[in-house]
Amino acid sequence: MNTVVAGITYRALLGRRRIILLLLLPLALIGLAVLFRVFGNGDQRTAVLLLQNFAIGTMLPLLGLIAGTGVIAPEIDDGTIIHLMSKPISRPVIVQTKFLVAASLLALFAAVPTYVSGWLLVRGEDGIAAGFAVGTLVAGIAYAAVFLLLGIVTRHAVTIGIVYALVWESLVGNLIPGARKFSIQHWGQSIADQLTDSPFFKSDVTLGFAVPALLAVTVAAVLWAGHRLRSFSLTGDE
Amino acid sequence: MKIELSQVSRWYGNVVAVNDVTMTIGPGVTGLLGPNGAGKSTLLHMMAGFLAPSNGTVTLDGTRVWKNHHIYRNIGLVPEREGVYGFLTGWQFVLSAARLHSLPDPVEAARKALATVEMEEPKDRRVETYSKGMRQRVKVAAALVHDPAILLLDEPFNGMDPRQRLHLMDLIRAMGTAGKTILFSSHILEEVERVAQHIEVLVAGRHAASGNFREIRRLMTDRPHLFMIRSSDDRKLAAALVRDGSTGGITLRPDGLEVQATEFRRFARLLPRVARDEGVRLHQVSPADEDLESVFSYLINRST
Repeated sequence: MNTVVAGITYRALLGRRRIILLLLLPLALIGLAVLFRVFGNGDQRTAVLLLQNFAIGTMLPLLGLIAGTGVIAPEIDDGTIIHLMSKPISRPVIVQTKFLVAASLLALFAAVPTYVSGWLLVRGEDGIAAGFAVGTLVAGIAYAAVFLLLGIVTRHAVTIGIVYALVWESLVGNLIPGARKFSIQHWGQSIADQLTDSPFFKSDVTLGFAVPALLAVTVAAVLWAGHRLRSFSLTGDE
Repeated sequence: MKIELSQVSRWYGNVVAVNDVTMTIGPGVTGLLGPNGAGKSTLLHMMAGFLAPSNGTVTLDGTRVWKNHHIYRNIGLVPEREGVYGFLTGWQFVLSAARLHSLPDPVEAARKALATVEMEEPKDRRVETYSKGMRQRVKVAAALVHDPAILLLDEPFNGMDPRQRLHLMDLIRAMGTAGKTILFSSHILEEVERVAQHIEVLVAGRHAASGNFREIRRLMTDRPHLFMIRSSDDRKLAAALVRDGSTGGITLRPDGLEVQATEFRRFARLLPRVARDEGVRLHQVSPADEDLESVFSYLINRST
């Protein structure tokens, strides 16, 4: 962890228009929760539907993509990364710092709004709000690592990330039950399920699979990203 | 400190960008001269640890440069691309460099570096409001902040106005005199001549020539020159010139003579004498291939 790298990364992500992107989806989530509440749908079924489909299912992968690639891909694109890399700091440390920044942003912009909207709908009932918040947090950390890696290995990180988030995670994950085993958001749901007693929510990935999978994916992605940045090449315009 | 390149090549797929280059960059100012696309940036990136050689080795005082972040304690790099965070002020940018180097007194180091490049006055403005020359100077300040023994600059004078250019030239010369190892790339001979004590010429990825600027100048003037000559009697002049050995070939054209001079100096003395002896009046004598490209292409052919 390097505080100068972290400071510059936070400023790059929060100081520009990207913060609007980061705010848009959580505000929509909270707005929906408020609407349901006002129009009398503040029950557990609604809460689970909203948090499962919108918070973890839609908002989280997209925010993960924005934060995960956003901490490094724009810098690689415009060459500013050279400023950090031409210093006596090991490249894996740069990667780990950027990963922590992305993970912290997901905690703030995904996990906290998830808790808030859950609480708005059902307060503390059956641990729904807290369960989904923790599930979002843990899955968010894994997304941060995976999309950070994607931002380093390819210049088309955002396109590939969107295809992954929408096609694999949402479509395939929902249509083919077996594919859910290999979906970060379903691992997050498994953790949420563990902490929730609500009868309206049942995850179909076991905790015994989800936890090791989340750990393995996160650690592997961060290590691989550090490795890839070590051999980062400037190809120049020639 | 010195950077050593030993039989370094770099290729991208089938394209060879740098071809079997061996050179040592020692203390003082070295200019890396070559036309655009000669592989200067590729070579510089390999020296700076931002590109792996496909073949050969690049070392800094004996230690390998590639995948070794410790080299940056001794290297300052000024890349050609902008590479400056627009949302930071000049001060924040240079200070961040000082802190990334974990310097004992980053504030003082940043202040000194900005003073060196005369950027104290606009230092509190955001970099995105700077002109190209100002950005260039802030980049130089960030590269100098840890007082490195080696400074690598990629086309540093591009986009600078004449005054800024002179100032940076003075700065580079002074650092070279102080014993630092400085390498800068340029495609402009005059620029390199004014600053560098030593010149390495790179043409089409090959190390075409090496020496001080006098030696490089001589190489460039002693090559065969092509002249266009118009006179009162082209035919008579041609006949007289052919008798002397210093011309390689003469072509009689409707608009004058095209003369290939094998020895520049000798030909320069010969031509007016022959013209006078033959009673031919010279209307025009102009070099037909004085541009840098032809100089470079001569050097390529010479080195192959």
